[in-house]
Amino acid sequence: MAVAKEKLLARKRDALAERLGALTLPEGGAWITEARKSALGRLEAMGLPAPRDEYWRFTKPDLLNAPKPAPAAVFDHGDEMPVFGEVDRIKIVFVDGVFDAAQSDDLTLAGVEIDRLAEAAKADIHWAKGVFGTVELASQTPVERPLAALNTAFATDGVLIRVTGKAAKPISLIYKHEDDCSDAILHNVVKLEPGAELTLLENGPAAARFNKCLEVDIADGARFHHIRAQGRDHERQAVTGMFVRQGAESLFKSFTLTANGRLTRNESFIEMKGANASAHIAGAALGHGDFHHDDTVFITHDAENCESRQVFKKVLQKGAVGAFQGKILVKRGAQKTDGYQKSQSLLLDDEAQFLAKPELEIYADDVACSHGSTSGAIDEDMLFYLRARGVDKGTAMDLLVIAFVAEAIEEIEDESFREEITERLESWLLRRRG
Amino acid sequence: MLKIENLHVKLEEEDKQILKGLSLEVPAGEVHAIMGPNGSGKSTLSYVLSGKDGYEVTDGTATLEGNDLLDLEAEERAAAGLFLAFQYPVEIPGVGNMTFLRTAVNAQRKARGEEEMSAAEFLKVIRAKAKDLKIDADMLKRPVNVGFSGGEKKRNEILQMAMLEPKMCILDETDSGLDVDAMKLVSDGVNALRDPNRAFLVITHYQRLLDHIVPDVVHIMAGGKIVKSGGPELALEVEKNGYADLMESA
Ligand SMILES: Nc1ncnc2c1ncn2[C@@H]1O[C@H](COP(=O)(O)OP(=O)(O)OP(=O)(O)O)[C@@H](O)[C@H]1O
Ligand SMILES: [Mg+2]
Repeated sequence: MAVAKEKLLARKRDALAERLGALTLPEGGAWITEARKSALGRLEAMGLPAPRDEYWRFTKPDLLNAPKPAPAAVFDHGDEMPVFGEVDRIKIVFVDGVFDAAQSDDLTLAGVEIDRLAEAAKADIHWAKGVFGTVELASQTPVERPLAALNTAFATDGVLIRVTGKAAKPISLIYKHEDDCSDAILHNVVKLEPGAELTLLENGPAAARFNKCLEVDIADGARFHHIRAQGRDHERQAVTGMFVRQGAESLFKSFTLTANGRLTRNESFIEMKGANASAHIAGAALGHGDFHHDDTVFITHDAENCESRQVFKKVLQKGAVGAFQGKILVKRGAQKTDGYQKSQSLLLDDEAQFLAKPELEIYADDVACSHGSTSGAIDEDMLFYLRARGVDKGTAMDLLVIAFVAEAIEEIEDESFREEITERLESWLLRRRG
Repeated sequence: MLKIENLHVKLEEEDKQILKGLSLEVPAGEVHAIMGPNGSGKSTLSYVLSGKDGYEVTDGTATLEGNDLLDLEAEERAAAGLFLAFQYPVEIPGVGNMTFLRTAVNAQRKARGEEEMSAAEFLKVIRAKAKDLKIDADMLKRPVNVGFSGGEKKRNEILQMAMLEPKMCILDETDSGLDVDAMKLVSDGVNALRDPNRAFLVITHYQRLLDHIVPDVVHIMAGGKIVKSGGPELALEVEKNGYADLMESA
């Protein structure tokens, strides 16, 4: 047993050595070098993820581990309008992981400081010091996240956002993909000071392979909204980590829309450290064919009277695989916790597969926690009812698909974003029918 | 309008014959009622006519204005003018009643090559019709039939019928679960749609409905076929003596 374990660890370290051979630690000032070295240290201790790891049983890490990314064709979006195209926002564009000043807006917004990581890294000290790599580090216990540590160590760029007031418009990170072989590692930090509020938008495939971190530090009474559209490109290979620390009375809301993609692993870790905080995380994924999509969520209640919601919906067909691993951990003393988790899949044929691992771990006695995970097919009676009213089968199916994911979209607070996401989903479904 | 001849239907999954040589003709402008014991196949008839999966027609024909119905998809039958008010209207969480109806109205218009109804026009029309049926704005916004009471569901069926303006309306026990006032509302809704170019087939267990919606012909269905047809007085006879006598005399 011990020998087997040793062997496994050796294999993980070998994989890492091979991967590290293709990477160089970026140069920088004292604050970031310290953070990067510390991340590299923990990465070396962990090795890369392996199929036998508890949270990698559903998803093969090979594509994410490989020293070089598998080439991924740039997806032709045809005449599709980019998501959030009509929104008044501050645009920050990265092409294959490289900042594109020409396509980006001026990084000035009242009540908000925006720095690029690549620039901030040159300084000896930066406000991001207490967040960058720190929230990611907290997320490593109890579940190891080597690819996040790798990100902290090797990220070449990203944005550091500090919000002191109520941001007048959203900040929009746009990740464009133009090179079939690009391998992008970006790391973003958002720090919300007490009472501050920000909406962060993210969209686009970013690169042939994308490793992205978002660390969010939400102070007391601050509010953070996150809406992400990962796109519908078929060959996406992405691992994203969202690591969040919340103070008292704070709000965190995140929604992600994903279609297609070869391998998408979205991890999140949310720690509620102040009383009366609220965390909602939701996602809708559409998979067709060679699609593997994994949401791995860990929410820790470490203060009284906090509320958390996980709502994940996946619509799968033609061999697509959806995975959900979600945990609610209620620590001792986190009384009056209200935790709820729902993961559901709609399987449009017999070839699709949904793997779910819902977990509750509770060390307080006065809590209300529940989880529900289901897999089902389209309801034939509903389908017939719609068709009997003259709605053709394709449209009726789409209506039922949208109805199925509506509960996740409902988690977006702003009505115009809810509508935009719903319309986007409708148009994706329509395109798919051709 | 609707012509059914010698219709034989069995379940697809089981070897169970449900309709056993049913013949029926409803001319345009008329209202026909079907009464019959539980399990005689009334709902099955309505499902087979509207195109539900799971049934196999082993013999016979059904046409709407001379066009073969049985060859068409459910949505094509609807576009051709067939409407079924369900005995058990289906709840569809996540699909708004309004969205549903507008999609349906425009899908049918499109299928018939007509112009789609604008959002504004649709809103105007549905508000007026909903008001007649005492369906409030809140019910229109809610998901289809979700959280509706039994009676509200039935009124919602009639609202859909009023919006879609079908040629051939089949009402499967639309009266069951309705209180006296709702029965009046629904009947008024149906009567308002009576038209020389439209026909109704009303399935019911109770003569009471037929006081409001006076039929031209009453059919008695038993064992998967029509065993007797007559005028409105047939319904009174059923109400008084049950089906036993009728079936013996048939
Ligand atoms: N899908 C099915 N599977 C099994 N049996 C069925 C199915 N559909 C109908 N039947 C059977 O066929 C017969 C006719 O049913 P149907 O619902 O048409 O009767 P009905 O005349 O509408 O009755 P009621 O007055 O109770 O509404 C019943 O014996 C019913 O159990
Ligand atoms: Mg019935």
